[in-house]
Amino acid sequence: MADAFIYDAVRTPRGRGKADGALHQVSTLGLATTALTAIRDRNRLDTKLVDDVVLGCVDPVGEAGGDIARAAALASGFSQCVPGIQINRFCASGLDAVNFASAQVMSGQQDMAIGGGVESMSRVGIGASGGAWPVDPAIAIPAYFMPQGVSADLIATKYGFSRDDADAYAVESQKRAAKAWEEKRFAKSIVPVRDPNGIALLDRDEHMRPSTDMQSLASLKPSFAMMGEQGGFNAVAIQAHPEVEKIIHVHHAGNSSGIVDGAAAVLIGNKEAGARAGLKPRARVRAFANIGSEPALMLTGPVDVTKKVLARAGMTISDIDLFEVNEAFASVVLRFMQAFDVDAAKVNPNGGAIALGHPLGATGAMILGTALDELERTGKSTALITLCIGAGMGTATIIERI
Amino acid sequence: MNLTNFRFEVDADGIALATWDMPDRSMNVITVAVMDELEQIVAKVAGDAAIKGCVVTSGKDTFSGGADLTMLEGLGRQLGAMAKSEGPGKAMKAFFDGSRRLTQIYRKLETSGKPWAAAINGACLGGAFELALACHYRVLADHDKARVGLPEIKIGLFPGAGGTQRVARLMPTGDALQMLFKGDQLRSRAAKSSNLVHELAPAGEVVAKAKAWIAGGGKGVAPWDMEGFKNPSGKVFSPAGMMIWPAANAIYRRETSDNYPAAKAILHAVYEGLQLPMDLALEVESRWFAKILRSKEAAAMIRSLFVSMGELNKGARRPTSVPPSNLKKVGVLGAGFMGAGIAYVSALAGLDVVLIDRDQESADRGKAYSEKLMTAQIAKGRAKTADRDALLARITATPDYGKLAGCDLVVEAVFEDRAVKAEATKKAEAALGKDAIFASNTSTLPITSLAEASRDATNFIGIHFFSPVEKMMLVEIIMGAKTGDRALAVALDFVRAIRKTPIVVNDTRGFYANRCVGNYIKEGHLMFMEGVPAAMIENAARMAGMPVGPLSLTDEVAIDLAWKVVQATKKDLGPAAVDPAQEKLLDELVNKAGRLGRKNGKGFYDYPEKGAKSLWPGLAALQPKKLDADSIDVQELKHRLLVVQAVEAARTVEEGVVTDPREADVGSILGFGFAPYTGGTLSYIDGMGAKAFVALADALAKKHGPRFTPPKLLREMAEKGETFYGRFGAGAKKAA
Ligand SMILES: CC(C)(COP(=O)(O)OP(=O)(O)OC[C@H]1O[C@@H](n2cnc3c(N)ncnc32)[C@H](O)[C@@H]1OP(=O)(O)O)[C@@H](O)C(=O)NCCC(=O)NCCS
Ligand SMILES: NC(=O)c1ccc[n+]([C@@H]2O[C@H](COP(=O)([O-])OP(=O)(O)OC[C@H]3O[C@@H](n4cnc5c(N)ncnc54)[C@H](O)[C@@H]3O)[C@@H](O)[C@H]2O)c1
Repeated sequence: MADAFIYDAVRTPRGRGKADGALHQVSTLGLATTALTAIRDRNRLDTKLVDDVVLGCVDPVGEAGGDIARAAALASGFSQCVPGIQINRFCASGLDAVNFASAQVMSGQQDMAIGGGVESMSRVGIGASGGAWPVDPAIAIPAYFMPQGVSADLIATKYGFSRDDADAYAVESQKRAAKAWEEKRFAKSIVPVRDPNGIALLDRDEHMRPSTDMQSLASLKPSFAMMGEQGGFNAVAIQAHPEVEKIIHVHHAGNSSGIVDGAAAVLIGNKEAGARAGLKPRARVRAFANIGSEPALMLTGPVDVTKKVLARAGMTISDIDLFEVNEAFASVVLRFMQAFDVDAAKVNPNGGAIALGHPLGATGAMILGTALDELERTGKSTALITLCIGAGMGTATIIERI
Repeated sequence: MNLTNFRFEVDADGIALATWDMPDRSMNVITVAVMDELEQIVAKVAGDAAIKGCVVTSGKDTFSGGADLTMLEGLGRQLGAMAKSEGPGKAMKAFFDGSRRLTQIYRKLETSGKPWAAAINGACLGGAFELALACHYRVLADHDKARVGLPEIKIGLFPGAGGTQRVARLMPTGDALQMLFKGDQLRSRAAKSSNLVHELAPAGEVVAKAKAWIAGGGKGVAPWDMEGFKNPSGKVFSPAGMMIWPAANAIYRRETSDNYPAAKAILHAVYEGLQLPMDLALEVESRWFAKILRSKEAAAMIRSLFVSMGELNKGARRPTSVPPSNLKKVGVLGAGFMGAGIAYVSALAGLDVVLIDRDQESADRGKAYSEKLMTAQIAKGRAKTADRDALLARITATPDYGKLAGCDLVVEAVFEDRAVKAEATKKAEAALGKDAIFASNTSTLPITSLAEASRDATNFIGIHFFSPVEKMMLVEIIMGAKTGDRALAVALDFVRAIRKTPIVVNDTRGFYANRCVGNYIKEGHLMFMEGVPAAMIENAARMAGMPVGPLSLTDEVAIDLAWKVVQATKKDLGPAAVDPAQEKLLDELVNKAGRLGRKNGKGFYDYPEKGAKSLWPGLAALQPKKLDADSIDVQELKHRLLVVQAVEAARTVEEGVVTDPREADVGSILGFGFAPYTGGTLSYIDGMGAKAFVALADALAKKHGPRFTPPKLLREMAEKGETFYGRFGAGAKKAA
């Protein structure tokens, strides 16, 4: 089996996912082409060498619909021989895209491929693509469907994380993200989004609130209490986990992932393809895995999939130097740290989606790049990247520097 | 046309009037013959060029109660027979076709090209309202008793003759689902504002108004068959749909714990149907309807909640040899919690009541309860001041036993104490005529032994109410060893007069209901002592279909009462009869922690002055050990909570305490809310099959103790493949 190497990773800054966000005027296609052109240009890549472009996108409808990956490749001026495919595994799509690209390379069917993702949450909107899962009684009922936020509150209730625990985690995420920017730790990967004249529309993550403290968070009202109560979802949560008497709603705008716009791309290839392109590999994809987890808790997949990927790689949790666990909600990361009893310093050292935002389809590829940058900065070797996923799934990837 | 259930005439303007008026029936129902005739009428109206349109009305004071449920039951039997003779595939197809006949007749009516109008003169429910919905125009009488609605869900069915599709095209989806889920009946004004009828009119004018609509050029095309029709809530897959459907699915689970397939079928039918044109939508509705019609839940609920309950209400167990008793005046001894309620329901039924307590003040306090309840009714607009005054005038509150003279029946509800009861019996009998029936409301003391205090044990009987008396629909009648037929007949006539449902059981400790309930509560206590989280016990119970968890129920009946019952059991039956774990728990709660239940605001739950109750945080400290929640099999908890009741019900049958499965089933649902979707304690066993039930009970016994061990009777039934209804039901020879 061939090794899949990571040659480069880029991401756009994340724009606040609202009408006043800096990237609201940029189309989904525009975001994707920003990432693709950047990875081509900074590597002086002959795109004929690229066998496929795999992009994650969670609401692939309207301007994001109809295979945005092929559209983005063409719009970026890639050779016409570069095909594209859009994939969707909800929040992990971006990481899955990288894994799919790696898998093609490992299997020997492709030499070089780009994995990445894109989401304009401000323009398309979360949930815009609909789908059977929340709506069709034939699946919503047996799968204990509830909105992610209610599942996150269920996790907090079941595993005993208080509002203070969640808020403290959020404050730390903000602090770490601010420090990362201050020390320019993201500089290697960030590519500004520009207008047709080259004027930068956004060159810095826009969602961050570095001044966040326990007090400012204390004033925020739980976001999912009303939905949970009136929509009947608390009852669904309790029936799935009947040891819970009542759902304690701890999540709010300040300790949940931010709604943002952005895109990312990661260049994957085998050794020969890298040599042909004149590139030096930055890391190797050591292992990856996917799993289905309990659908009502929904967001505990990172725990299950981490166990699975470690077993596949013949590793233990202590072999990992650095974890990127997507901060979909504070309780997701708190549960991950609780389950593995890992040192909080090793988890999301540069903050995460609570501070920076979670552009659904792109996030996985973004945080893989963040992990790689951090390994290089600290001289460490191995990182595990994982995300929780709607409907109860998990994706994880282990990378190691070479 | 050859019509017996309808009259059909065409007026000078060419407008036909089909008047539904079944001979020999006080209310119109949909039968095979009705369907045959309706089909002819539809064909006639569609085919006769001289007929402009047709009005459908009823010749009774009500429009119709809907489908004849026994007809639906018959369909199921035909399926079984045909499956044997012609194979399951062919049988299923025939069953499906048969089950959608009404749908197709209604659709033919709707698409006949002629305008149809329903002149709804009174209550119009179920399949009959579906007929009205298929008409292009609906005029509803505006009087107090007029109702429209689709109550099918209450007996485990759903509106399967176009009801789900037409309602969901008339009302916003959320409202439509709620109406279908709840089976609510709407009064005229609500029906109009919900868009379910077009016009209200005095009952005498509904036909004229309906005709006027046709004469005025009313079109024979349903809105959903017109070009450009839009559902009131738009498309299912739309931002509006995303606001509706996820919550609808969740609320379904919240309300049913996914135990009621008919409710789920409503969701399926509406979700799928709204994405289809009407003809296909109706076909999809029919597919779900056929499936639900075959479900064991529908069969069990129709049998227990409709057929059996109706039979028991009509006095199925009443000795026919005794002429009807003409009850006028009843006495109630003890104006406490129960006596006050018994006095109220009796007076509400128009009976004169002598309410006795030890002193005037206590007697007055009991009467004041009636005043309180009536005042609440007035506040809700359900009664008038005059009703309250008349009701209170019927109740004489007094400490004077002499006032009992002339009572036909006395119900004793004094302290649960043999000596007190004996004395009350003697004092009452001194004033009563020789033929008066004396009934005790005791919940624990055997009737046979209480009857010893009476001058005539043949006139002594148990009439056991459940609390709160005014809400609980069940009354358990207990036959002492010597109780005579006349006492039984009078007791049943009394229960009928106060419009409750009676079951008749033989004398035993705890009778029927409390034996099952006692087991249920105890199982909750034992789970707790095993280390199951309290919330999980409560939730598992509700998910199994019980209305309240066992811990909550303990709080309601009072923990000190549970403690006393355990002590009494120990005293009477020996220490082996009580479980030490349960005794320890009750001792800790009552004697050490002073937690008596809801009555002192401290039980398994805390009851704050404001806001909802919540589990007492100190509970966990009373558990000798704690189990990891994820290691607990919730399905097993649910099984334990139901099986421990059902197995006790089976024992009562074996012991001859309960002799009729209808009574065990109806009694369990009305008396203690036993998971209604099962049809009751014995239907639960029948539905699972005695063999599977015995296997389950044996497995539980092995793991948790002999309280689950099935009685011999069940083993025998399992071996022979028998059911309770087969073995003990109407027609079967009386065994045990
Ligand atoms: C939680 C959530 C509903 C909040 O959305 P929102 O209410 O639109 O959030 P906003 O950004 O408008 O913030 C709401 C308020 O919180 C305040 N706020 C947000 N973060 C804050 C912080 N760190 N400190 C102080 N205040 C903060 C905002 O200023 C705003 O205040 P305002 O109402 O006075 O303007 C949304 O972020 C969400 O759904 N996140 C999860 C996304 C998701 O499910 N992803 C998939 C995961 S599987
Ligand atoms: N509470 C329940 O849920 C319930 C349910 C079913 C049956 N029961 C039975 O009903 C009976 C009464 O229970 P309750 O809860 O109403 O009790 P209670 O204590 O509220 O009422 C008993 C009343 O009887 C009065 N009384 C006592 N001795 C009397 C006498 N010699 N003559 C006249 N009045 C006398 C008392 O003053 C008191 O008002 C008991 O036998 C009980 O087992 C109770």
